[in-house]
Amino acid sequence: MPIANKERLIHLGLAVIAFSSLLFLGLITFFLFMEGLPVFQYVSIKEFFTGSNWYPTSNPPEFQIFPLIVGSVAVTLVASVIAIPLGVLTAAWMTEVAPAALRRILKPVIELLAALPSVVVGFFGMIVVAPVLQDVFDADIGLNLFNAGLMLAFMSVPTICSISEDALFGVPKSLREASLALGATRWETTAKVVIPAAFSGIGTACMLGMSRSIGETMVVLMVAGGAGIIPEWIFDPVRPMPAAIAAEIAEASFRGEHYHALFAVGMVLFLFTLAFNCVAQAVSMKKA
Amino acid sequence: MFKAIAAFLLGIMVTAPAYAASQEIMINGSTTVLPVMQKVGEAFMNANPGSSLAISGGGSGNGIKALSEGLCQVAMSSRDIKDSERAEAEARGVNPYRIAIAMDALVPVVHPDNPVKEISVEQLRDIYSGKITNWQELGGEDAKIVVISRDSSSGTFETWEEIIMKKTKVSPTALMQASNGAVVQAVSKNKKAIGYIGFGYLNNSLKQINVNGIVAGAETALDGTWPIARELYLFTNGEPQGELKKLVDFVLDPKKGQKYVLDIGYIPLKD
Repeated sequence: MPIANKERLIHLGLAVIAFSSLLFLGLITFFLFMEGLPVFQYVSIKEFFTGSNWYPTSNPPEFQIFPLIVGSVAVTLVASVIAIPLGVLTAAWMTEVAPAALRRILKPVIELLAALPSVVVGFFGMIVVAPVLQDVFDADIGLNLFNAGLMLAFMSVPTICSISEDALFGVPKSLREASLALGATRWETTAKVVIPAAFSGIGTACMLGMSRSIGETMVVLMVAGGAGIIPEWIFDPVRPMPAAIAAEIAEASFRGEHYHALFAVGMVLFLFTLAFNCVAQAVSMKKA
Repeated sequence: MFKAIAAFLLGIMVTAPAYAASQEIMINGSTTVLPVMQKVGEAFMNANPGSSLAISGGGSGNGIKALSEGLCQVAMSSRDIKDSERAEAEARGVNPYRIAIAMDALVPVVHPDNPVKEISVEQLRDIYSGKITNWQELGGEDAKIVVISRDSSSGTFETWEEIIMKKTKVSPTALMQASNGAVVQAVSKNKKAIGYIGFGYLNNSLKQINVNGIVAGAETALDGTWPIARELYLFTNGEPQGELKKLVDFVLDPKKGQKYVLDIGYIPLKD
């Protein structure tokens, strides 16, 4: 075979591989919408999004997902409030303060945290954290919004920390030297020069961390409590969207109302993660 | 091109389970029946070297769905098959055949420190619908009742809904847990909680409550006085034959399978 042809064949092969993941994403998205949209034959769009009765197996069933959306948003917010400062400050400490040798050990260890299977984290929340919340904080039930948020924070810290650390590490040394030379302290340099310079990377890290929190299933299934209510305070149980889907899809009859409703919930979840990822992308494009 | 890929993937999906099925009996379904079949299955495989069972849980509805889709030969279920499920199975050429293998009693449970001992079916309904919210109303301490239920898709929930709730809805404030084990875990760690579980999951970390003055137990469930009891089933495609018949006979044998039913904590049908 002539070299040119061989070359072209290889290019083609690589292109097919590169586009196949795009193709699969497209097919999955198409399937998700194809199975989700029919729910609007049974329930109006307004009712679906703003009503608060999720009784999928009652007769007649009610499919109103407002409490599920609030549940997902609430656990993500709690997780972010804990994980973002923790992740970003750890990253800052590693790049700006810690000696290089320590950093070389610490970073892989933190990244290893991300490798903890979510079911293990969920188990920990259920067995260890829940009783503590009940005994120490006098929560009515330890399986609640705060517990889920805490466990999700645990899982998103590695993502946030690792990507932020890369961003901070990428800030040119000359910037730090200039700042120090102008008489700024190390803290001022870190807070006012280095972190702002790495802002787009840190923003991306936070968005990806949040996107992981909102999509995480096992942890919220195990520790969020599973009550489809709008939480009034941080120790109330919630039922985030992924938990509802995971708990119910197995019993929903194929292409029945409940099945379509769960796919529609999946659709909403997909739009949420898509939004987070788009924001992350936009932030990372905005290189100062 | 796409068609070829789709056909290829479809081919894998269709042939893979069928291939596995030719070597072993696939059993799928209710997590309530699962522990029984795991024990019985182990004994069956010991007694019949060369036979192979693959047993997995996933819920009654899932098992029946798998049976009608030909993905398993035996479905475990904690409830009878629904008309819609039978129709779906028959449309696929599968004829579900029901075999009762044990009796399960659902028992309301609380934390061992909870002083409440007696309750009525009506009170249970009021607790789960959110009308009764404080233990004081039941003769207990002044504390909020934390209501723990099974997921609305589980067979256990369906039984509970049918026998206890009637047409009333379970309050949205109830915590929906995905398994018997999760309910045990939540109730045994929480003094304010009430939950309900299969008889087989009772242990020392929980206290069972009497309903309408009756104590849950083997006799009361079998003679029909315990108000919250149900039969557990296996479903096969048509009357079981060959290896399947051997398995079913083993399960129903009072000296073999039924012994394990008792070990797990369910109530044997024959002894």
